[in-house]
Amino acid sequence: MRDFLLQALLFGIVLALAGFLVFNVAGNLGARSIHTGFAFLHSEAGFDIGESFLPYDGRSSYGRALLVGLLNTLAVSSAGIVLSTLIGVFVGLGRLSGHPLVGPLASGYVEALRNVPLLLQLYLWYAILNEVLAPDGSAPAFLPGFYLAKSGLHFPVLERAPLAPLFALCAGFAAAAAWTRFAEFRQAQTGSRSASWPAWSLALLPAALLLARMLATDPFGWPQQRRFGFAGGGTLSPELTALLLGLSFYNGAFVAEILRGAIRSVAPGQSDAAAALGLRFKHRLRLIVLPQALRVAVPPLASQYLNLAKNSSLAVAIGYPDLMSVGNTIVNQTGQALEVIGMVMAAYLTLSLSIAAFMNWYNARVRLEGPT
Amino acid sequence: MTSALTILSRRFFGSLGNSLLTLAVLALLGFVLPPFLRWALFDASFTARTPLACRESGGACWAFVHEKYRLILFGRYPQAEAWRPLAAVLVIVGLIGSACGRFLSLSSLALAAVLGAVAVAVLMWGGVFGLAYVESTSWGGLPLTLILSVTGIVIAFPLAIGLALGRRSRLKLVRSLCIVFIELMRAVPLVSLLFMASFMLPLFMPGEVRIDELPRALVAIALFSAAYLAEAIRGGLQGVPASQEEAARSLGLGPLRATLLVVVPQALRIAIPGIVNVLIALFKDTSLVGIVGLMDLLLATKQALGDPAWRSFSLEAYLFVAALYFGPCFFMSRYSQALERKLRAGAGAI
Repeated sequence: MRDFLLQALLFGIVLALAGFLVFNVAGNLGARSIHTGFAFLHSEAGFDIGESFLPYDGRSSYGRALLVGLLNTLAVSSAGIVLSTLIGVFVGLGRLSGHPLVGPLASGYVEALRNVPLLLQLYLWYAILNEVLAPDGSAPAFLPGFYLAKSGLHFPVLERAPLAPLFALCAGFAAAAAWTRFAEFRQAQTGSRSASWPAWSLALLPAALLLARMLATDPFGWPQQRRFGFAGGGTLSPELTALLLGLSFYNGAFVAEILRGAIRSVAPGQSDAAAALGLRFKHRLRLIVLPQALRVAVPPLASQYLNLAKNSSLAVAIGYPDLMSVGNTIVNQTGQALEVIGMVMAAYLTLSLSIAAFMNWYNARVRLEGPT
Repeated sequence: MTSALTILSRRFFGSLGNSLLTLAVLALLGFVLPPFLRWALFDASFTARTPLACRESGGACWAFVHEKYRLILFGRYPQAEAWRPLAAVLVIVGLIGSACGRFLSLSSLALAAVLGAVAVAVLMWGGVFGLAYVESTSWGGLPLTLILSVTGIVIAFPLAIGLALGRRSRLKLVRSLCIVFIELMRAVPLVSLLFMASFMLPLFMPGEVRIDELPRALVAIALFSAAYLAEAIRGGLQGVPASQEEAARSLGLGPLRATLLVVVPQALRIAIPGIVNVLIALFKDTSLVGIVGLMDLLLATKQALGDPAWRSFSLEAYLFVAALYFGPCFFMSRYSQALERKLRAGAGAI
C-alpha cells in the first residue's frame, strides 16, 4: 500500500513537471509565433550539400536533406568501425607481443590517443591536411594512383563492373564455408583432419582470377593530377578524410585496449594445456584462446562501436554534412528546433538500439552455455 | 656484461619474426623521427616576434604559443584582470590536489571545497571587494574548462547515485523512469544534447526566465555524464554481496541508512575504475561546448588562430592544447590505477 502511494505521488510529480514544460513551450512558441509541425520537411531546403549518396541539390526538400545527412552518418560510422577494428587488432597485438620496441610504441600510441579529446584530434587532422600537405599540383603519389593532397584523398576506382570482385569474393567465402563444414563433418566421421589450404584457396581464388582478368585491360579510373586539382578517380573530401582518420585512430586505441584485456583474461593455463595436448600455435589461438577472449570482448566492443557512431556527430565541427550538421543548418534556417532536434535524436536512438540489438544477438551466440 | 648483451640481442633478434619486426620498426622510426625532430625542435622558432621571422626558420613556430597564450588560456576575459582566472585555476587545482593527496580529513576537505567554490565565484564574477564585475559570457579558456568539468561532476555524482539505486528499486515506476532516462542519455550524442540545451532549454522555461549559455551547456554535460556514471556505479552495486545490507538491517539500520552508509560506499570503491573513466571522458567532452559557442580551451585556441597574421600555425597551437588536455587525463588514469591497487591491498588485509 505504501509502495503504491509512493509511486502515485511520483507519477503525479512527473505529470506536473511534464505539464509545466508543455505549458511553457506552448507559451514560448506562441510568443515567438513559431508554428510547430512537420510541414516544413516538404519545403525547399535552399542550401547545398557537398557530399551525398542521393541526388540532391538546393531545390530538394528539407526531408531529403535530412535523409542525405543520415546516409552520410551511416557511411562514416560503418567505415570508421571497420578501420578502427583493424587498427585496434594491430595495436592490441603489438602491446601483447612483448617485443622491446613494438610494445612500448603501441602503449605510447594508446596513451597519447586516449587522453586527448577527439574534437581536438579532428581539428589536428584537418590542420595537417590543410597546412602540411602539398597543394594539388605538387602532391606526390604515396602509392601508385593514390594522392593525399590539400583537396583530400584521391584514389583510383574500378570503373567497369565495380561490384564484380566483391561478388566473386562473397562467392569464394561461401564455397570456403561449405568446404570447412564438409571437412568438419568428415573429421567427426573418420577422425582424420583435412588440410586447411583448400578453404583459403576457395575463398580467394574466384576474386583473384577475376581481378587478374580485369587488370589485363586496366579497368581503373585513375586520378589525373592537373596543375590545380585532380580529374577522374575517386575523392574523399578533406573534411571526410579528417573525420575518418580521427574517428578510426581514436577509437582504434580503445579497441586495442579492449582486445588486449580480453586476450589477457584467458588464463595462461588454457594455452599451456592446449600446447601439452599437442595443438600448434595457430590452433591454440583459433580453437582455445580466441573463442574465450571474444566472449569477454564483445560487450565492451559493442559499446565502443556505439560511441563511434555517436562521435561521428562531431562532423558538425569540421563541416562534413552528417545528420547532426544538416539538422543544425535546418534549425538555423527554419527555427523548427523542437521537430528537427527531436528527429535527429530519434535517428541516433534507433541507430544505437539496433547496434545494441545486433550485439546482444551476437553475444548470445558466443556466450558460454549454462552456468559457469 | 656479455650475458646482458645476449639477453638483449635475443629479445630483439631472437627469431626470424622478431628480427623482421625490429628492422621494420627501426626503419619506420628512422623515416619519421628525424624530420619530426627537425620540425619540432632543431628548426623550430621559440622567440620570433613576427610571423614572418617564424616562417623563415622553416620549423615549428612555438613563438605563436608565446604570443597568444593569454587568449588560449583565458579567452576573452579582460586582459587587465588576467590574474583573477589564473588565481581561480590555482584554487581549483589546489583543491583537486589536496583531495587526491588525502592529507586533509573528510570534513576539512568539504569545508575547503565550499570555501574554494566561493573563492572561484568571487574571483571570476567579481563585483565585490572592489573587483570589477565580469559577465560569465566573457569567461573562457582553461578556467572555463575546469569550472565546467568540476561543476559537471559535482552535479552528476549525486544524480548518478540516485539513478543507479533507482534502477534497482523495488518500485516499478521508479525503476522504469531511471532505465528510460539512462538509456536515452546513453543512446544520443552529447552534441545533440548540447544543441537541445542551447535551442530548447529557453523554450522549456517560463518566458521571463533567462538562462546563459554556460548553465545550459552545464545541464547537458551533467545529465549526460550522470547516465554513464550511474551505469558505472550500478556495476559496483552489483558487486556488493546482499549479506552486507541484510547485516546492516539486522543491526537496526533503516533501509535508507543501510543503503547510504553500508552499501553505497562499498559500491563506489568497487566502481572506481569505471568512475574514473567517466571522469576522464567528461573532462575531454567539455571540449564540445565550443560547438555551441562557449569559449573553452579549444574554441579559444581556434579564436587565437583566427588572427590572419598567425593563421598557418594551427599544428603548433593544437599540439600545445593537446598537451594541456593530456596531462590531467593521464594523471587521472594513473591515479585510479594506483588507488585500485591500494584499495585491493587494503581489502585483502581485512
